[in-house]
Amino acid sequence: MIALNALPPGFILILGGLVLPLFRGKLKNLFAIFLAGFGFWYIYQLEPGSTVSFHFLKYDLVILRVDKLSKAFGYIFTLSAFAAYIYAFYEKRSTQFVASLMYIGSSIGVVFAGDLFTLYICWEAMAITSVYLILARQTKESLAAAIRYLLVHVFGGLVLLAGIVISVQKTGSIAFDHFSEHNTANVLILIGFLVNAAAFPLSSWLPDAYPESTPMGGVILSAYTSKTAVYALIRGFPGWEVLIAVGCFMTIYGIIYALLENDMRRILAYSIINQVGFMVCGVGIGTTLAINGTVAHAFCHIIYKALLWMSAGAVLYRTGKSKCTDLGGLYRTMPWTLILGGIGALAISAVPLTSGFTSKTIIMAAAEHEHLIWVWLVLEIASAGVFLHAGIKFPYFVFFAKDKGLRPPEAGKPMLIAMGFLAFLCIYLGMFPNVLYNILPNPEVVREAMPYTFSGIYFENFSHVVTQTQLLMFSGLVFFLFLTLLKRTDTIAIDIDWIYRRGSSRFYRVMDIGLNGIDRVSHNFFVRGITQNLISFGKNAPAQIIYAITLPFWIATGATPSERMNRKKDIFIAVESSTIPIGIGAAIGILLLGGLFFL
Amino acid sequence: MDNDQEGIGQGYFDRPETKKRLWVLLWGFCIVSVIAEFLLHRHSYFSEDGIDGWFGFYAALGFASCLGLILLSKLLGLFLKKDPGYYDRT
Repeated sequence: MIALNALPPGFILILGGLVLPLFRGKLKNLFAIFLAGFGFWYIYQLEPGSTVSFHFLKYDLVILRVDKLSKAFGYIFTLSAFAAYIYAFYEKRSTQFVASLMYIGSSIGVVFAGDLFTLYICWEAMAITSVYLILARQTKESLAAAIRYLLVHVFGGLVLLAGIVISVQKTGSIAFDHFSEHNTANVLILIGFLVNAAAFPLSSWLPDAYPESTPMGGVILSAYTSKTAVYALIRGFPGWEVLIAVGCFMTIYGIIYALLENDMRRILAYSIINQVGFMVCGVGIGTTLAINGTVAHAFCHIIYKALLWMSAGAVLYRTGKSKCTDLGGLYRTMPWTLILGGIGALAISAVPLTSGFTSKTIIMAAAEHEHLIWVWLVLEIASAGVFLHAGIKFPYFVFFAKDKGLRPPEAGKPMLIAMGFLAFLCIYLGMFPNVLYNILPNPEVVREAMPYTFSGIYFENFSHVVTQTQLLMFSGLVFFLFLTLLKRTDTIAIDIDWIYRRGSSRFYRVMDIGLNGIDRVSHNFFVRGITQNLISFGKNAPAQIIYAITLPFWIATGATPSERMNRKKDIFIAVESSTIPIGIGAAIGILLLGGLFFL
Repeated sequence: MDNDQEGIGQGYFDRPETKKRLWVLLWGFCIVSVIAEFLLHRHSYFSEDGIDGWFGFYAALGFASCLGLILLSKLLGLFLKKDPGYYDRT
């Protein structure tokens, strides 16, 4: 019999997902909440350093590898699932529960996978199961977005697989650890990971698909795929400098598009890219402090981002609308959704007393310690920009702005309880982050570099509180001073996905015009041109030569132009019907032989 | 569910006097946050007199970067913004 702690935690959720449809009514919802809570406890009791592996073909598959890094991600994945299932108490159908439990189970499987095969299987399982959370919306748009989502992830998965196969061929090892060499295999694996991290230009699947999901689906999707990729990058590619550039670009790209977008959940989707940019940058910096900061930021990010998606989901659930141009003035009937979602908005903006302030700061400090002034500056600019789009724009246009006369009822109690729970965590971790620092891989390094007590953060380091407040207040001031520039329009912003959504038909047309054009030109030149000319040359050349030779004689003998025309016709007819007088035929033969002689 | 649409634009946050109060609050916070810097001994993280140690650096950075980001997105919006039916047309 397998001991309890020999079972990977992801399997528990996957098996639970398979059993779940047997439950009726609200027992289904309670069972999902229980599973997430049980998963959290199960991960808590796993001993760091323990592994479970079995022999498969000629490799050892490590289906469970426990260390502090995998435990930290395991905690937040189950914690976020726990809140999401409380939030989803309204949902009656089994589909989304089964799909999401398997999706979350697979992502936990990735986090605890010790080898590349197990990682790959779980990685692909995530892509397939998560699609159901988009399909469950049951609209034409969600179906199309789900197909595009799947295609992108199949592409990413294949790149990853190619990398793994080459790597295993070369090294003979399937262990999933730090990739130090910059070779083809590792670069392919890196690209595979970056697809899931939504790194530009492999990013547009996220804002394309997530906003088409159900309210519950959006909350769950926002947490796992990109953060599993962040985990994989931390494990495999810390200190790869290219990630600094990739991450910095993502932070700014996310903001620009979030400012352009009209759909509230698309704003939040771009804001995920912006936040994951901070994490990718942290992985690129690669120092112990940066890595721990990245883990801490991923942890806090999942909480406040789930909270933001919950508030947006509640609005969508109550009003059926998600465009900023259709929303506004909801503070009047949904004040709790506003207040709790607002706490998430403050946390993502790293306002003092919230979790963003105590986690993002570590990555910034890591950039400072490495004297990466430009990186630091971009991250500061991005921090200001976060407040602009996620901190103010989202709540302002949804809950305030122009009152559209919508009077939906407040979100249901389970939704508010889930949001309240996460909002509490946002504030608690902002005041007492040591709880979080304790579960990081190297808490002592973080505590050495950062203040970690309430008085340490808010009194002894008061200058940081002031500078952060300045940065954010002036960002807010700009928002309201230039509000006219930010006025919402009922538009979409085209992104890289244009290439496969519109570009493919353009590509077809260009190829059509290009290749068929070449075909036409070649046809005219070779078939009609050269061949035709050769034929008429072969046909008329002898007669032309005879005509050219005899013409001077005719002129000399004083033939009239009309006589010459008649004779010319006679020559052509004679050549065509092969009835040339022998004398002329012999003369041409001699001429030809003479020509050959001189050649 | 209160479905009647009466009182549109007459909620607490829609009133001009509330808006005025909020503006005062916003400017007040901005000014206080800058004044608070007088009480601090800040220094640059990067060098002896790095720009991040200058007085009001973060206020200026917040203002300038957000304005820059808004203008940049506005500019890109000229090319990137399309009507919602853009992808439905073949």
